[in-house]
Formats: sequence, C-alpha cells, structure tokens
Amino acid sequence: MQKPRIRWHIAVFLAPAVLVYTAVMIFPLFNTLRLSLFSKIDQERVYVGLQNFQTLFGDPIWSEQFWNALGNNFWFFLIHMLVQNPIGIALAAVLSHPRLRFAALYRSAIFIPTILSFVIVGFAWKLILSPIWGIAPGMLDAVGLKSLFAPWLGKEEYALTTLALISVWQFVGIPMMLIYAALLSIPEEVLEAGEIDGITGMSAFWKIKLPLILPSIGIISILTFVGNFNAFDLIYAAQGALAGPDFSTDILGTFMYRTFFGFQLQLGDPHMGSAIAGAMFAIILVGVCIYLFGIQTRMRRYQL
Amino acid sequence: MKRNIISLALAGTALVATTAYAEDVTLTIESWRNDDLTLWQDKIIPAFEAEHPGIKVKFTPSAPAEYNAVLNSKLDAGSAGDLITCRPFDASLALYDAGHLADLGGMEAMGNFSDVAKSAWQTDDGSASFCVPMASVIHGFIYNKDAFAELGIQVPNTEAEFFAALDKIKEDGSYIPMAMGTNDQWEAATMGYNNIGPNYWKGEEGRLALIKGEQKLTDPQWVAPYATLAKWGGYLGDGYEAQTYPDSQNLFTLGRAAVYPAGSWEISGFNALVDFEMGAFKPPVQNAGDTCYISDHTDIGIGMNTKTANPDAAKTFLSWVASPEFASIFGNALPGFFPLSSTPVELEDPLAKEIVGWRGECESTIRSTYQILSRGTPNLENDTWGASVAAIKGTTSPEELGQKLQDGLASWYAPQQ
Repeated sequence: MQKPRIRWHIAVFLAPAVLVYTAVMIFPLFNTLRLSLFSKIDQERVYVGLQNFQTLFGDPIWSEQFWNALGNNFWFFLIHMLVQNPIGIALAAVLSHPRLRFAALYRSAIFIPTILSFVIVGFAWKLILSPIWGIAPGMLDAVGLKSLFAPWLGKEEYALTTLALISVWQFVGIPMMLIYAALLSIPEEVLEAGEIDGITGMSAFWKIKLPLILPSIGIISILTFVGNFNAFDLIYAAQGALAGPDFSTDILGTFMYRTFFGFQLQLGDPHMGSAIAGAMFAIILVGVCIYLFGIQTRMRRYQL
Repeated sequence: MKRNIISLALAGTALVATTAYAEDVTLTIESWRNDDLTLWQDKIIPAFEAEHPGIKVKFTPSAPAEYNAVLNSKLDAGSAGDLITCRPFDASLALYDAGHLADLGGMEAMGNFSDVAKSAWQTDDGSASFCVPMASVIHGFIYNKDAFAELGIQVPNTEAEFFAALDKIKEDGSYIPMAMGTNDQWEAATMGYNNIGPNYWKGEEGRLALIKGEQKLTDPQWVAPYATLAKWGGYLGDGYEAQTYPDSQNLFTLGRAAVYPAGSWEISGFNALVDFEMGAFKPPVQNAGDTCYISDHTDIGIGMNTKTANPDAAKTFLSWVASPEFASIFGNALPGFFPLSSTPVELEDPLAKEIVGWRGECESTIRSTYQILSRGTPNLENDTWGASVAAIKGTTSPEELGQKLQDGLASWYAPQQ
C-alpha cells in the first residue's frame, strides 16, 4: 500500500494569504481584545479583567454615550436597508432591461461615487448643503421650495439622517452591481417559460427574478450591516470626532476613535477604546451569526 | 539626488566647523511648529548664534498632529533633542512627571514672566516650572472698520452697547452682524464662552476658585455667559448651525460680516485676505468702568530635556528665549502670537499692537477649562463645547447647562464633590 502523499502545495499556496491576513487582521483583533482587559494605573499597565466593560455599561457617563452611539448606528443601518438596498435593486432591474439605451453610461455614473474617498464625499456634500455657499438652497429656491431648506447638517434632528442619505448616495452602486450581476445570470429560458405561462413585465420581476436574486440580497444586507457598524470615516470627515451637533451623529466608530486616541484636551485611553472596539466586534459577530444560522440556512435556493 | 548632494555638502561643512572649533556644542530643538521653520532658520537662530559663539542651534520640527507621539517615542528611546517645545498643560506635565523635562524654577530669567504666563507649565501646586513661556493668543472681537464707519457705529465697550451695535447692523441688513457658526463646536466655546466669560468670573479669581472648589459651575458668574451667548444666536448668519470655521473666516474676510469673535492667531491670515481696514475691541464689560478681563491664553513654551548632554548651553538658550530680544523677533514675525515676557514688546502690526495693548488695560487670565479641570471623564473642555453650542442655539437653558457641567466635573474632581 502506498503512503498518502503529503500535499505540500496546499500549504504553500495558502501560506501568503494566511500569513498576511494573520499579521494585519487576526493578530490585531485579538490583541485589541486583550488590551481591553487591562488598564493604566500609575503609569503601569495592570490586568483588570472585565472592569473596562463594567465601566462601559455600568457607569452612566459611559453607558449613555454607548447607547446613544448604538442607537444612532441602528438608525444609520436602517436608512441604508430601507433606502439604499431597494433603490439599488430597482436600479439594477431597470439597467438589466434589454431595451434600455445608454445602460453602460448610467451604470458607470451611478457606480463612480463608490470609488471616491470619504473625505471628498464629506467635503463636497458639506459644500453642497452649506447654507452660505451651497447650491442646495439656490436649487430649492429655483423651484419655489426655499422654505423647505434647513441647515440640515447642523440640526440635531436631521444631521444623522442627512449623513446616512449621503452615504446611501455614495454606496448605492454596490447593491446595484451585485444585483445586476445576479439578474444577468438568470437564464433566458426560465423567463421565456414564464412568458408562455403568461407571466410578463412586473410580475415576471416579482415572481421569477426576485426569488432568484434573494441570496444576493441576503449577502448585500450582511455587507451593509458590517459596513455600517464599522462606519466612521464619513461622520469624522463631515462632523469631526465630536460627531456634532450634540453627539446626534455619534456612532460606535467615532465614539471608539475619540476614546482610544483622545481628542483636544481629552487624553487617549487605549484600554477603554479597546473595550468599545470589543463591544463593536461582539455586535457585528452576533449580527453575522444571526444571518448565517437564522436566515441563510433557511433560504431556498433554486438550481438554475 | 540634488538634495542628497546638498545635505552631504552641509554635513561636510558641519564636520569642518566642528573640527575647527572643538568646543562648539549643537543644540537640537524639537517642535511641532513646522510652519515656523524659516522664521527660526532665518531670524531666531542667527540672532542667537551671533551673540553666543560656540553654541549652534538646529530646529527640527515634526508635523503638528504627530508631534506628541513622535516626541514621546524619541524621549523613551533617548534620541530626543536637547530642547523641547512644550504644549500647554497636561501634555507637558506628563513629560515632567515622567522625568523628561527639567525643573527650570531656579533659572533667573523665569522672573521675566507673570504667574499667569507660567501657569501652563507648572506642577499643580506651582512648585516647579518646567518650560519657558514663549507665546500666547488673546481673545476679543475683530471688526470691519469700514462697515462700522458706514453705519455710524461706535466701538462698543459695554454689553449694552455691544448688542445695540449688533442690532443696528442687523436692522441695516447689508452685513451679517457676527460671523460664527456652531458646526465645528469649538468656536462657540473658545471664541464664545471663554472669550466673554472672564468678565463675569473675574478672570484668575474665578478660575482659581473653581479649581480649588470654592466656586461651582452652577454659580451665577459661570452661568451668565451662557445666557449672553443665548442672545448671540439671533445675530449669526442664516443657517449658522451648519456654518463651519472656514465659512466664518471667509464670511468676515469677504466683507459680508461686520464682527468676528476672534483669537489673535487669525491676524496674519486675515491681513493677507481682507481689502478693508480691520480693528479690534475687547470683550465688552457689563457696566461702564468695570475692570476688564481678557483671555490671554498660553500656547507655546520651551523646556529642557533632562538627558541633554549640554545642560549649560541649553540653559543659555532658554534664558535668551526669556529675553526681550527674542520676544521682539518672535512677536513681529508671527503677529497674533504674543510674547509672554513682562517687558512690553514693540509690535509693528497695527491690529496685533491694538490687541496686545489690552494687556495694559485689563487683567489677563487663561481659558477656564484648560488647567487640571479637563483631566477626567467626562472631559470638561469637550463638554463646554457642546454646552456653548446648546446655549447659542437655545436648545437648553443656561441653568441646566451649568448643572450638567457641574455634575460631570463633580463626578471625578474631588474638590468639587
């Protein structure tokens, strides 16, 4: 009997990715979690167990900020789910229509903001919406709706929604592209068979295409969830680390940044910052697990 | 490549120079003011070296945002320069506590500075001073002289006159009365609360009483500035809630706004941009004849690395920094950053001269939240930003703001408990 050969090539091919990923993702992640169990007392780093988490959730000063940030984060996510993804799907459905002219042009135009930097997007929108130099008040004025204009980014009640919509504008291209690809992969025969049975137009979309692209929608939802709960850049670029006005746009990312690195006279506290990062990790992990075990396993898949 | 050759050439001359004068020592300065590099190389260092042959000085700044981190790692590794530019308050105090900055209390030249000037670089009890104060910034209001003349408005001295002037500008309608926004938050606290506040809490008297726990943020003198800020909201431009700091600067320099609540650091920037004449007035007092107080906030100092190989040369340099000669070079090269030495300095810039003149008329103090009180969580300075914005917008009453800040401070600061 021949001894089974050790298949070295598997290890060799995996090694670069595993090494790089471990060095830049896995190690920092666990090191952050480790850091959250320590605290600095009299210039010495001391092991304090779960005390940082106790402070984060037990101390009213910390917990109020944490729940505020978490609540804002859910609102941010909700807007993306309710606005970005349906619009993305609708755009993909329109773009995949065989008789649409200039489809490639629209596709690129809608996708381009995605590749812009957050800083540019934040800055550009701040200028567009600026009550002083912005074009938004002038455009509303031109259609006689000047009274609807408000300094949205400066008002507690609108700022977060405005930023969420800016982010939707930037990223609507991603669900559009993914769904578009899924729609293109639906074979013509299926649609033709439906047509013979009298299912055409809108009902073809609802009854045939939508069930077939559901797995893609699931993937988009989870990508949106992870992206939103890790979000930081746009808020920081547009509103700064204090996430004004009055913390109404503070999300977990900005809260973590402020705590970890400090801000103005506030000195950085890497240990509390790591505790917040740990909480973010837990929230994302729970969300992804709910999706993986609760939704994805039950989703019906069709063999095409 | 060209640069390499030049630096080689420079290194070569430096080598030659050191061999020629064996007793020459070189002092290296760590700083975050990379904007001032040419000023140091062209003016300050040559002036010093001309007077002190045998001591060479090198100015090696790093980027402002990285300075604290870079400096800390250099100090830990023992490779930091002989002289260290000091951030005010806790950042430098931490360096002193860690043994990186030398106590300069014994230096004769420290007598050239007032207690307020030294307060940013002292231990909490004031027993040790570890940096020579270099410059401060002063708060007040910069105004458009042409606009005031056009509308026939006199420079206000009292609060009543101040609001009467704003009313008049608003009524006329051709200028926005005051250029400030609340989007970036810090202006509301720095150019709002800490600008007008010292007149209420009587400068140092109130600030020190707050640190000692003898006054509370709920006391009338600490709450009243919020009530005054609440009146500002009506005089700021449309949509001031989303107006940023650069927006405000532009509104004023374009001549669209008449008054700009300012810090003196704006002077050189504004000088380059405006095409009208600017003037300045100090924060208005409540009643005519009241003593006025100004925020003369300590911003930059310079100290000595305890591990320096040339402590004597370093001390010579620091004494020179404390001298009127340095003050005059520095103050004139950077109008708006005012030297802190007690000997008055003749400044050439008219606006800077006007502002620095207030030192003779008013009592100086520093921003109330900077020393000691912003050490804990919640951070009083950051909370003051939010509170000042809320006051201007009118979302929270001044009394509630005072109570909230007091509760936050009392939660960690023992003398206030």
